[in-house]
Amino acid sequence: MRVVIAEDLFLLRDGLIRLLEAYGFEVSAAVDNGEDFLAAVRSNRPDIAVVDVRLPPSFTDEGLRAALRARAEQPGLPILVLSQYVEQLYARELLADGAGAVGYLLKDRVLDGAQFTDAVKRVADGGTAMDPEVIARLLAHSTAAEGPLGRLSPREREVLSLMAEGRSNAAIAARLVVTERAVAKHTAAIFTKLDLQPSDDDNRRVLAVLAYLGR
Amino acid sequence: MNGVAARAGEARGPRARLGLHGRLLAMAYALALFGLLLTGAVLLLVVLAPLVLAALGLGQFFKYQLNHGLAFDGQDARDVLALLLGLACCRFVLPAALLATRRLAMLTRRLSARWCGVPIAAAYAPAPVPAWAGSRRLGYQQRMSWLLSDVSTWRDLLWLAVNLVTGWVLLLAPVTLVGVGVIAFLVPGSVIVPGMGTASRWVPPPAFPGNTPSVLLVIGVALVALGLGTAPVALRGYGGLARLVLAPSREADLARRVEQLAQTRRETLDTGAAELRRIERDLHDGAQARLVAMGLTLDAAGRLIDTDPAAARALLYEARDASARALAELRDLVRGIHPPVLADRGLADAIRALALDSPLRVQVTGPLDGRLPAPVESAGYFAVSELLANVAKHSGAGAAAVDLRHSSGSLRIIVSDDGAGGADPSRGTGLQGVARRVAAFDGVLVVSSPAGGPTVINLEVPCELS
Repeated sequence: MRVVIAEDLFLLRDGLIRLLEAYGFEVSAAVDNGEDFLAAVRSNRPDIAVVDVRLPPSFTDEGLRAALRARAEQPGLPILVLSQYVEQLYARELLADGAGAVGYLLKDRVLDGAQFTDAVKRVADGGTAMDPEVIARLLAHSTAAEGPLGRLSPREREVLSLMAEGRSNAAIAARLVVTERAVAKHTAAIFTKLDLQPSDDDNRRVLAVLAYLGR
Repeated sequence: MNGVAARAGEARGPRARLGLHGRLLAMAYALALFGLLLTGAVLLLVVLAPLVLAALGLGQFFKYQLNHGLAFDGQDARDVLALLLGLACCRFVLPAALLATRRLAMLTRRLSARWCGVPIAAAYAPAPVPAWAGSRRLGYQQRMSWLLSDVSTWRDLLWLAVNLVTGWVLLLAPVTLVGVGVIAFLVPGSVIVPGMGTASRWVPPPAFPGNTPSVLLVIGVALVALGLGTAPVALRGYGGLARLVLAPSREADLARRVEQLAQTRRETLDTGAAELRRIERDLHDGAQARLVAMGLTLDAAGRLIDTDPAAARALLYEARDASARALAELRDLVRGIHPPVLADRGLADAIRALALDSPLRVQVTGPLDGRLPAPVESAGYFAVSELLANVAKHSGAGAAAVDLRHSSGSLRIIVSDDGAGGADPSRGTGLQGVARRVAAFDGVLVVSSPAGGPTVINLEVPCELS
């Protein structure tokens, strides 16, 4: 699996390369600014791009904007955005095209190599990987949620928030200490309540997460 | 809230025409101001009377003494009575009259801005603190020295006099022109006044050669047109006259400004220092302490790695978790100092992000394209953050709205909610803090929060948009 990395801090860039290569990824380019990132994505056609939000020269949300541009040029290009902090606003912008294959994680998550590379793989496969902190800030005040989300039971919401983090049914079952069958029942209920037509299960997961985050 | 005259010049360009309605309104305003002028004349009399009375009594007394030696008779008693009456008025009436003069001058300033379109600043010296502890009223001496040492008091008195001498000309000229015009118009007897027969019965025709009905008609129409035409100009002129006398001198203006700047600077420095202390404490108790603990844990892991690899591994994981917690604390700290999204996107998006994080339904509207100066963005962000937190904590509202725009050189933010109202800036340190933050930029905070709601908070900060 080929990866393009955009990260301006040398130590972190180096660490990312080593981490990804240790887990069997092929890093085809590692750049330190938005312009080079766009060029690298155009020429390398990677399976996934890992981008830091804050990049030179502007040191603002240059990385995020470059990622969104790359996505516009290559629809469906899997993108994992890393940041020192997370904002719901940015999560929504990343998810806005509804195509999935988007990740948005705190840089801290790199510390757990196995979990991080799991997230990279999930996003590359078209799934989502939202940072638990995005979810937590969303959950902090979604008790009065309106619309279809209001129809979900507390347990179903819990399952949905874990789905948004990008976890598989097996992982969710392990986390909630229930059987995988129980989780499958919850997800089916979520899909029905959110009016998601039966189709490819992965796609429905993405749509459910979108409904959740796009509140 | 601008005057008729101002409206003519402001919205539709300097040559814009004012309708008949506006001109009639200008005349009504002029008549109302004339009423104020008469009140002022009475006040002037009240202020001057005791002085004149006292001076007269004293003068007569001495003159009489010089002429007649130290005899005491009826003439004497009358003079002494005048003197005493004057002094009594000075003691009991003068302070009240001076304060009334001040009220009248303030009303004139307000009406000048509203009706004449000529805003006039005020620069009164602040009232002194009562000398007697526990007393809320100023003593006579203190009150008089406060009033008489303030140059604005003399300015107000001068205005009463100037107004009396020249103000009425400007106020009454258009009304008089129209009045005379209407009479001339009615005189020929060609116009039938309903219920009164011909008008000529109650106004005799003016005696001058050639006063035929048609000539009078032309003169009448011309006078009415002239009166209507000059009404707004005269009103504006009156405002100008008032400003000439009532506006504080440049010196007083500067003194007031210096006072204000010194105060906001003091407050800004205080809040700055308090912020730094908070950051220092947070770093000291948070990230720094965690890094020390991590060092210790890593050291222990190093010692155990040969003898007990499993325990060493557990310690290493513990150190990793500690680093994650330190990162989370630093992140929160940074958010409190300068939120990254504010640096990235500017005020509008930062407030949108704030709205998403709020437990309320918050609608953010308004065009605000471009960036504001960084300090203003920061002040605006934390002000809105504080206001939204207040809404969530105190108002019981379910929804709030934030409107942002930049117009005529100012950033305007309106935060409103559908809650219970009753927010009072004089209580609660939150609103005061916001007002202080905004004052450092010469901005203002206006709170409207009647009991029962809704609460609307207006924030205005002069700044450039780039």
